[in-house]
Amino acid sequence: MTAVAEPSVSDLTAALAERLRATVGTERVLTDRTQTRTYECDGLANFKVTPAIVVLAESRQHVVDTVRLCSQARVPFVARGSGTGLSGGALPSSDGVLLVLSRLRSLGAVDADNRQVTVEPGVINLWVTRDAAPYDLAYAPDPSSQLVCSIGGNVAENAGGAHCLKYGFTVNHVLGAEVVLPDGEVVHLGGRAPEHPGYDLLGAFIGSEGTLGVATELTLRLIRVPEAVQTMLVGYRSVEDAAGTVSDIIGAGIVPAAVEMMDALAIEAAEAAVNCGYPAGAVAVLVIELDGPQVEVEAQFRQVEEIAQRRNAFEVRIAADDAERALMWKGRKSAFAAVGRISPSYYVQDGVIPRTKLPEVLAEMKRMADAKGLRVANVFHAGDGNLHPLVLFDDAVEGQAHEAEELAGAILELCITSGGSITGEHGVGQEKRMKMAKQFTPEDLDTMQLLRCAFDPDGIANPGKVFPTPRLCGERPGVRKGEHPVQAAGLGEVF
Amino acid sequence: MTAATEIRRAGGADDAVGGVVPQEVVRPATVDQVSEVLRAAAADGRTVVPVGGRSKLTWAAPPDSADLLLDLTGLDRIVEHVAGDLTVVAEAGVRLPDLQARLGEAGQLLGLDPPEDGATLGGVVSANASGPRRLRYGTTRDLLIGITVVLADGTVAHAGGKVVKNVAGYDLGKVFTGAHGTLGAVASTTWRLHPVPPARRVVTLELPDVAAAGPLSIALARSTLTPSAVELIGRADGAARLVVLFESIAESVDAQAGAAVALLGGGEESDDVPEGFGRRPGGVDDVLLRLAYAPAALASVVGALPAGTALAAHAATGVSYAALPADAAVEALPRLRAALAPHDGTAVLLRAPDDVRDRLDHWGPAGDSLDLMRRVKERFDPERQMSPGRFVGGL
Repeated sequence: MTAVAEPSVSDLTAALAERLRATVGTERVLTDRTQTRTYECDGLANFKVTPAIVVLAESRQHVVDTVRLCSQARVPFVARGSGTGLSGGALPSSDGVLLVLSRLRSLGAVDADNRQVTVEPGVINLWVTRDAAPYDLAYAPDPSSQLVCSIGGNVAENAGGAHCLKYGFTVNHVLGAEVVLPDGEVVHLGGRAPEHPGYDLLGAFIGSEGTLGVATELTLRLIRVPEAVQTMLVGYRSVEDAAGTVSDIIGAGIVPAAVEMMDALAIEAAEAAVNCGYPAGAVAVLVIELDGPQVEVEAQFRQVEEIAQRRNAFEVRIAADDAERALMWKGRKSAFAAVGRISPSYYVQDGVIPRTKLPEVLAEMKRMADAKGLRVANVFHAGDGNLHPLVLFDDAVEGQAHEAEELAGAILELCITSGGSITGEHGVGQEKRMKMAKQFTPEDLDTMQLLRCAFDPDGIANPGKVFPTPRLCGERPGVRKGEHPVQAAGLGEVF
Repeated sequence: MTAATEIRRAGGADDAVGGVVPQEVVRPATVDQVSEVLRAAAADGRTVVPVGGRSKLTWAAPPDSADLLLDLTGLDRIVEHVAGDLTVVAEAGVRLPDLQARLGEAGQLLGLDPPEDGATLGGVVSANASGPRRLRYGTTRDLLIGITVVLADGTVAHAGGKVVKNVAGYDLGKVFTGAHGTLGAVASTTWRLHPVPPARRVVTLELPDVAAAGPLSIALARSTLTPSAVELIGRADGAARLVVLFESIAESVDAQAGAAVALLGGGEESDDVPEGFGRRPGGVDDVLLRLAYAPAALASVVGALPAGTALAAHAATGVSYAALPADAAVEALPRLRAALAPHDGTAVLLRAPDDVRDRLDHWGPAGDSLDLMRRVKERFDPERQMSPGRFVGGL
């Protein structure tokens, strides 16, 4: 046997870059490190990898061509939208292609009678609601980054937002997707109808963090804008009272559009950043929003106010108009960035606990932070138990970044032992893949990866994300097995 | 003490699935026993068809083979209901009405109301069954937050969890929903719940024909009213009745019912739904189909139904059930599918008299993702042991 040297990674990618330039156009393929460095991280900046090649796709065909060429060369690719993800899901491969979809930005006409609209993946979340507004329609998922995040990224992460307590997540609002599979084949999952015969692969694709393929078009469900919206801001002197209010609202059979909680440190940060005028001296605040038919909202809003009073609220403020409502939300939606005002650095965490465990988990989190001499600011979607602890630290202090990362990890394990999850909306990505083995058994993870093997047997779509260890797919099972009964009966070919 | 797996010889026609009589019926009582049964079946190369209440066995095509009927009704425990979290964990064999009764004691419900008698949770998931209130609560894909499945080789796997909001890992619950046991057996389910609405008000409007409901259901969907269900019940060539159900607090249902009468230009208000609300149309001699299409196409869809068809449509959602006279169905089904196609519509066979069933294409075309579905099936069940042949494209 003659020894033949394996082509080196750089030879492979150089050859691929040539083919990409010839296919999608020289101006859309970047390999100069000063340019590709722009894409070295997403919203989670503590992981950085410069991709070998960046492709700026402008059409579905560019995506198909890029993916097909990657597949032929067995080179990994990572799709990226606006890059606002917070788990390193769009972290590039150093020997691979970063496929940027931000230029795929066309929005179809709103189909008002069917309450749906078809868009390209680079379209910004908020644009959908803006286009739907003249028809009194809206796109429900509203992640805090909705001014800049893309629909494609929302689909990859199954993005949530403040209003998913009542309206659900991205997966509940995407009806159909055109998907380029990791071998370049184009398939349509779901569509404009509510159901289709076959496996719900659309449901599996949404939230698969770019590991099953690349969406090039999405049909979104729009909701009717409710007749009435009412928002209140409530101040408490204890976290227990705030948490108790949430439990009592749920216990009263009320499903609010949103219930958000912030603790004293998060309030301090928001005040410093956006001057949102939250109640002075509050240890916790709730932002509670109800929407629906006018009479229903009014009656239930009064009930919620009474519940808050019974739980010792010291201030209940009701938004008189949209401007006041916007100010109440401004404090909440700017909370992550605002923490930068009170700490040189911080680590954003995303975990979920059963709502009823809120007081004990918060107390334990405080104990853990005190033990490390660190501060944790808490901002969360209290209605569905989705916590966003912000671990504050100072890079300049030797070892503190490491301590903060450890604490953030320990908080996730606390979520798991409390019966919750390591991520409610930010995704597993690069950051939390090792934690998956704490939440799931090896059998669970292997079974999930059967799906991965069906979509991407070569493991080239966003490799190294979501799972702690990749499953080797082996050869396609259908190939090595005996004759298919349909074929045996002479009725058809094996697929 | 846990009961042991019960095994008996199959009892003939009563145990048949689509005319295929299994050799044995196996009824395990725990998830571990399900795993043992499947592992043993895999070792012997025997095919397995999981069943629950057997109320929807005709919803999938007859299996190519069914050596073992895996009866999951022994997995009948409601494992954990945490009212404060609005979640419940219940095994696959729990009957839906039994679960609803238990949840009702805490003023809660699972937002699924398929009418099939005796349905179990595993069957509801596997057949993706739903009813009128899907307009308000969605379907299994919107409510199932965690699942335990057992694969053909006995592997027990979980996905999701016990919290409503959770994006860790692939959502296997979605893939098993509506898979009719072709990927493995559903053993346990975890759901998000809703509070039972305290009041109800119904508006019933008689219509000269079913097509008249088309513009009315669009108008309702575009209004700020929040009905739990908008049902159209009638005959393709005759009169029809539109039933709009409001469920909320008393002030709200009263106000909304009044507004609905104004919007619809008529209708009678009442406190209860009329007889037959939420039932599937037709009888055992008919061919029952489930139609799904872009919701605004309701009027065109009902216009394409053959004379004599009984219809029950979840009018605002794009899902209808149609009972075609059996003698017309063989010719009508391909034409109906062609008429649905421009609306991204499909028609799936749910039930037919034996002599007609074999002449009908059960699932119809599955679109350009069929090859991908086949690859999924091959990964989960490489030896084709789980409900072989029951699914789209012969999967």
